Amino acid sequence: MTQKLVIIGAGMASGRVIEHLLDTAPDAYDITLFNAEPRGNYNRIMLSPVLSGDKTYEEIVTHSDAWYAEHCITCRFGEHVTAIDRDAKTVTGENGTVSYDKLVIATGSAPFIIPVPGHDLPGVISYRDLDDTNAMIDAAAKGGKAVVIGGGLLGLEAAAGLKERGMDVTVLHLMGHLMERQLDEAAGYLLRKDLEARGIIVKTQASTKAILGEDRAEAVLLESGETLGADLVVMAVGIRPETRLANDAHLAVARGIEVNAQMQTSDPDVYALGECVEFDGHLFGLVAPLYDQAKVLADSLLERPNAFVVKELATKLKVTGCDLFSAGDFAEGEGREDIVFRDPARGIYKRLVIEGDRLVGAVMYGDTADGSWFFGLIKDGTDIDEMRETLIFGPAFQGGASADPLSAVAALPLDAEICGCNGVCKGTIVEAIEGGATDLGAVKATTKASASCGTCTGLVEQLLQVTLGDDFQMPQAQPICGCTGHSHDDLRRLIKSKELKSQAAVWQELGWTTLNGCHVCRPAVNYYLLADWPLEYRDDPQSRFVNERKHANIQKDGTFSVVPRMWGGITTPDELRAIADAADKYDVPTVKVTGGQRIDLLGVKGEDLPSIWGDLNRAGLVSGHAYSKGLRTVKTCVGTDHCRFGTQDSTGLGIKLEKHLWGSWTPHKLKLAVSGCPRNCAEATCKDIGVVCVDSGYEIHVGGAAGMEIRGTELLCKVATEEEAIEVISAMTQIYRENARYLDRIYKWLDRVGLDWVKAQIVDDVENRKALAERFQLSQSIYRKDPWAEHAKDSTTRAQYAPVANLTLEAAE
Amino acid sequence: MNWIDICHIDDIPLRGARVVKTPLGCIGLFRTGEAEVFAAADSCPHKGGPLSEGIVHGQSVTCPLHNWVFDLNTGEAQGADEGRIETFPVQVEGGRVLIAEAVLGKRRAA
Ligand code: SRM
Ligand SMILES: Cc1cc2nc3c(=O)[nH]c(=O)nc-3n(C[C@H](O)[C@H](O)[C@H](O)COP(=O)(O)OP(=O)(O)OC[C@H]3O[C@@H](n4cnc5c(N)ncnc54)[C@H](O)[C@@H]3O)c2cc1C
Ligand code: SF4
Ligand code: FES
Repeated sequence: MTQKLVIIGAGMASGRVIEHLLDTAPDAYDITLFNAEPRGNYNRIMLSPVLSGDKTYEEIVTHSDAWYAEHCITCRFGEHVTAIDRDAKTVTGENGTVSYDKLVIATGSAPFIIPVPGHDLPGVISYRDLDDTNAMIDAAAKGGKAVVIGGGLLGLEAAAGLKERGMDVTVLHLMGHLMERQLDEAAGYLLRKDLEARGIIVKTQASTKAILGEDRAEAVLLESGETLGADLVVMAVGIRPETRLANDAHLAVARGIEVNAQMQTSDPDVYALGECVEFDGHLFGLVAPLYDQAKVLADSLLERPNAFVVKELATKLKVTGCDLFSAGDFAEGEGREDIVFRDPARGIYKRLVIEGDRLVGAVMYGDTADGSWFFGLIKDGTDIDEMRETLIFGPAFQGGASADPLSAVAALPLDAEICGCNGVCKGTIVEAIEGGATDLGAVKATTKASASCGTCTGLVEQLLQVTLGDDFQMPQAQPICGCTGHSHDDLRRLIKSKELKSQAAVWQELGWTTLNGCHVCRPAVNYYLLADWPLEYRDDPQSRFVNERKHANIQKDGTFSVVPRMWGGITTPDELRAIADAADKYDVPTVKVTGGQRIDLLGVKGEDLPSIWGDLNRAGLVSGHAYSKGLRTVKTCVGTDHCRFGTQDSTGLGIKLEKHLWGSWTPHKLKLAVSGCPRNCAEATCKDIGVVCVDSGYEIHVGGAAGMEIRGTELLCKVATEEEAIEVISAMTQIYRENARYLDRIYKWLDRVGLDWVKAQIVDDVENRKALAERFQLSQSIYRKDPWAEHAKDSTTRAQYAPVANLTLEAAE
Repeated sequence: MNWIDICHIDDIPLRGARVVKTPLGCIGLFRTGEAEVFAAADSCPHKGGPLSEGIVHGQSVTCPLHNWVFDLNTGEAQGADEGRIETFPVQVEGGRVLIAEAVLGKRRAA
């Protein structure tokens, strides 16, 4: 006989209970679902992306109205439950009473509000549900100042979202460092630095005394006496279990509603789960354990044996660019040993806490790729004695020389947890893949892995790869080539962290499987080394594609093309005469105007290159690097010199930029343009970096392309002077040089790191911008010279353009 | 076998190549190691790419035009590509690179 099940609260925990019930016994219960919020269940943890504008509410709905209807669930949304009568077995809501056979309380938790004067003024918001999120979005639309009280997970996600929406944000935190429950001091420091770099002000050891204001919040007063102006105050200082109904119904309640391992309260017909419960002294604030509870509760309702156990938890923060991971217990203590790895230059910190032969805690900042692996070791209590030395470098370094990143995933046991939010382990995913879920979407749909916060997506993809082999096209982090298991990102990371300064060091230390690489990895390794160690490493021409080795573009018939620089597209009669003379002298079959505002001499014989360069050099012409993964052209329009609309000297700035940047090597080609006004005749908004002059200064745009893919640029920033423009562009070039994968144009690289990260690094953080510009300058002190002149004057190099011997004459004798 | 002295080994950059003009067409001398040189036809069977301009790695060279890879021991194209370049006897003695004269002399240019 169908029994009546009433559920109070349509949140993340009860949503799962209903799914399990429908999956296993759809007809066992007739379900009535109350929710105080005027809507059904949505993915609460994705409110932060909604706040920041990365997602819409529609995208995070997990159960739509249609879904409830289809499963015949009676929904009473927007209705507060006001009382439970356990004797009558009824539940009373604002609109009436229903009776139950079984009752589930899933009321979640309520934000804790510090009872300071003014806490109830309009403009003071907590962060719990969609209404709060929308209230923040509305407040942010008016701009102004926001003060977020609380530097924990929620507070920081709120702060980042509000900043994203253009508010001036200050975070107040009572403790000495941010997220002190999840992070140690060093990681907290790096997190703070990253947040500050994006313009968020962080005040630690800041205790709130009062919220000031007449009709609404206007300022926050600190114990120190300092007053901070505030148009919006967000309180995110903690949560407390929502137990009021249970209290009134005289169920056993400690801090939360007490439940046993079957999720049963002190009344056998009343169950509870989620953030409102207390189990064995534990409270809950993350979704992973709630999902376990949901499974157990559904089983209990169906009279199947099951028991909830508390597991270790790992924490991540959903703020792009702030990569942190923490798991286990990382307090210092006797008999505990720390392994620490730091890379100050890149803001990376990793700390492992070992007790005896077990890993008990891990805190990571900046690079959290190995987080799940460490988490597995902690949970399983794995004996790590054998790998102690290399443990900190992660799974890729364990088990011999072949550092195949996939081998680590392949080696994970089947019960290793991959998706922390949904508690999905490797075995479940592999089973799903073998059962036909051959892409990320299908795995998500069948297992829920990576369906919540998404940070395990990379691991799921690696599992797809391990399970399907070549049938799965890895979207990212593929090994560079057959010579190594390392991806480009790993390689870049390792070159810096292990201070590898020669190709031989890379091959040896990183376990290349071939003697000296191949045509795919060698150019990449060569580039990374010269970009990271401009003073120590010497460029290796033999690791370059012929064009860059010979400083000319090879043609299909083995001849070359020669493109001299025309700074900013400006030339002179003398230069044109020299080009014409060279074309005559070397029988150049084709002279063409390129799409880059200069002239191409096509069909020059390889042996003639040094001579034609010598001739062009004498007229002051230098290499145009039309062949390089480096600065190509800086296109300009005529600007204020001639044009009636010009707002700035676009030609002059273009020339300055080209003179500043030329000769530099970059991950892929780098094209710039400067337009004198928004009519944009130099097509600046489809270049890697484009400048559009306006009356008040210079808009700097980045990430355009018009080749295999057409991309409009995005605005990086606006500056007032040419000097600033050059500094920002130097910094942009350098940050791209230091971070992108070889052969990624700026737009591709930006797709991965996000424009916001770049803005935080070079627009908001002026110090960092200057440091980057200086590093660029340092590299240019080596590379800003004309390779044509070098090759033409050096007799050994020059000789290499000619055959080493000519036996046709001897044979003729 | 008679050998012709072509050049000093250091005239060829390590992991680089130089060209010798012969009546048969151009031959590439590929320096794969400190004292290891291979000789092979300089023209790619795919579309005639100049192999001496390619990247030399291991005992192979990659054609600069469309990345076919040739094993310099056998001259065979590697992987999925099919084709072969002619290889020639070569030796390094006292730092000099010598190429077999007989082989050069006997053949005629196409
Ligand atoms: C000469 C020129 C065509 C012309 O006659 O106008 C040219 C010629 C070549 N382009 Fe280009 N591109 C030329 C302007 C462009 C432009 C237009 C521009 O720069 O404003 C574009 C589109 C804009 C862009 O890059 O976003 C362009 C997009 C490409 C691409 C696609 C790049 C991409 O990321 O999608 C390639 C292929 C590549 O680099 O991998 C390419 C590659 C080539 C190569 C190097 C092909 C090759 O690998 O051999 C051609 C060499 C010919 C030669 O021997 O000189 N060329 N190429 C232009 C030289 C400009 C210069 O003065 O330096
Ligand atoms: C912004 C934000 C970000 C988060 N990020 C993460 C994260 O990254 N990872 C993670 O693991 N966790 C995260 N969490 C925590 C996670 O969302 C909670 O742990 C989870 O939602 C708790 O589920 P629950 O079902 O217990 O409660 P809830 O999802 O809060 O659901 C409880 C529901 O009960 C309703 N209710 C309460 N009282 C009554 C009543 N008397 N009558 C009717 N209905 C009532 C409420 O309106 C609510 O809809 C985040 C939380 C927030 C707010
Ligand atoms: S579009 Fe560019 S790469 Fe293609 S044929 Fe023309 S010049 Fe060559
Ligand atoms: S010509 Fe050599 S690969 Fe095409």
